[in-house]
Amino acid sequence: MMAAATATAALDVSVETPLHRLVRKFVANRIALSGLVVFAAITLLAVAAPLVAPQNPYDLATLDIIDGSLEPGMTNIDGKPYLLGTDEQGRDMLSAILYGLRISIGIGVGSTVIALVIGLALGLFAAYSGGWRDTLVMRLVDLQLGFPPILIALILLAILGRGVDKVMIALVALQWAYYARTVRATALVERRKEYIEAARCLALPYSRIVFGHLMPNCLPPLIVVATMQVAHAIALEATLSFLGVGVPVTEPSLGMLIANGFDFMMSGRYWVSFFPGITLLVTVVSINLVGDHLRDILNPRLQK
Amino acid sequence: MGYVINRLLQGLTVIAVMAVLVFVGVYAIGNPVDMLISPEADQAEIDATIARMGLDKPLWLQFLVFLKGAAHGDLGTSFIYNEPAVRLILERFPATLELALAAILIAVLIGIPLGVIAGLKPEQPTGRGIMAVSILGFSLPTFWVGMMLIMIFAVWLGWLPSTGRGDTVSFLGIQVSFLTVSGLRHLILPAVNLALFKTSLVIRLSRAGTREVIGQDYIKFARAKGLPESRVILVHLLKNMMIPVVTVLGLEFGSVVAFAVVTETVFSWPGIGKLLISSIVHLDRPVIVAYLMLTVMLFVTINFAVDLIYAALDPRIRRKESA
Repeated sequence: MMAAATATAALDVSVETPLHRLVRKFVANRIALSGLVVFAAITLLAVAAPLVAPQNPYDLATLDIIDGSLEPGMTNIDGKPYLLGTDEQGRDMLSAILYGLRISIGIGVGSTVIALVIGLALGLFAAYSGGWRDTLVMRLVDLQLGFPPILIALILLAILGRGVDKVMIALVALQWAYYARTVRATALVERRKEYIEAARCLALPYSRIVFGHLMPNCLPPLIVVATMQVAHAIALEATLSFLGVGVPVTEPSLGMLIANGFDFMMSGRYWVSFFPGITLLVTVVSINLVGDHLRDILNPRLQK
Repeated sequence: MGYVINRLLQGLTVIAVMAVLVFVGVYAIGNPVDMLISPEADQAEIDATIARMGLDKPLWLQFLVFLKGAAHGDLGTSFIYNEPAVRLILERFPATLELALAAILIAVLIGIPLGVIAGLKPEQPTGRGIMAVSILGFSLPTFWVGMMLIMIFAVWLGWLPSTGRGDTVSFLGIQVSFLTVSGLRHLILPAVNLALFKTSLVIRLSRAGTREVIGQDYIKFARAKGLPESRVILVHLLKNMMIPVVTVLGLEFGSVVAFAVVTETVFSWPGIGKLLISSIVHLDRPVIVAYLMLTVMLFVTINFAVDLIYAALDPRIRRKESA
């Protein structure tokens, strides 16, 4: 009876896939879980911005200059409340923030996904083919990682000009190297393991070994890097837009909103840039909490 | 020696690659006439400039002309200031250097003690609190923190000025702020702002270093000898955990200079970063090219120096490279 119970328990453990274990360990940490919940809520609000925002902040017909520079919580003469105040054109800051989040998160997540695919492909290619191809890719990675990201972004945007697509190109160009390096390092370890050898002995085609066997096992460390990179990308995009080299005025991200409020802050109207800043901060911190914990879970040195 | 030459060649290759990229980016993409000639120029001026710059010649020849100028330290003349771009940047570099050094000093003075405390008490509230602050420091966008510093200390409290360098005096032939009261007051907010990110980094490094060193036999031996705890920490521990911290800070120096772009823009600090941003906004391309080339050279020099120091400290690196 006892032996049977032990056997079932042992069976349960062996049935648990790495993904299940990951989810179980992740959910066990309250701080990381709340980070994920907060980020999910922010993303949902951003996606649903046209439905939940009190106003379309870029439809000039809904703006009235009389409502300009209202303090947070004030109502205009019609009794319409402005929870986070308005800017000088009478734009509701809450609506502007929700629409800004769409652009910020869209650029951050979009560029990360594109860079991830490129980095994954190049990293696998370098690790699996070896030789001069490997050297070429890794020299390129070294070259790029030798410079701080903001400098490379400034170089690219100085050449390309402003625009949502151009910021995304710059962010993709910045990020791919991190993924390529991570994937290559993991793939070099994984390709020596038995299951790859087994797949080779079965004479499986090259593409199936790389994409069906090698790639899935290189993903865990990549997920950690990608999570952190989404936060970096959002913060960097905000910085570039603040500097005036990022998104154009017509598509204001959070960074752009903060920059717009900079002049008003000097005259004490803090809310125009304070609340977009808080939103940016909460978004970045929630992603970092998730990433930090994922790293702890997946770090073999911390596993007991 | 072979290792030194190898690294030197690599550095020169990087500079060459960047020169090609910058040249292709600025001269070949789009219309170089629009990019390199002021929009206010009349047709005669445009023709004269095209002829003088050889824009009618094939691309490879133009590149050689660009290289020849670069080798003589001539990277073009600014449209806005009508001065050689290289001189404009060198004039503003001391301001950036002063800001960067002040920020690193703050990061070390605050980060190392906090990191050591967090490393000595990793499971206690103090240690956890310090690490939470460091995560926050990594997450806070520099430009937003700068604005909040201005709002609190300049607008609300009125304690410190928020723009410019204040009074400067000549020190070893360059203009510095830190020797005058007004200059020092102007330096505080920007330096704290720029130090934020690096302080978080130093806290993490010192904490990791402390946790590693504290378990070593020589620490146990020093304690067993009956040395006072303050001496164990200040001499035995600090000396040994400083090595990685100093290395990383050396490597990060270039990134502090690059990140000064943000702080200089927020605080109107008259350094090279602010010049770069206004040049990008005003399409002052010769200054952009000059900034990029000079910064690339700075980075290659730093990376070269770090490689040499590593090799001097660790013979294994030399052997691995020559093998």
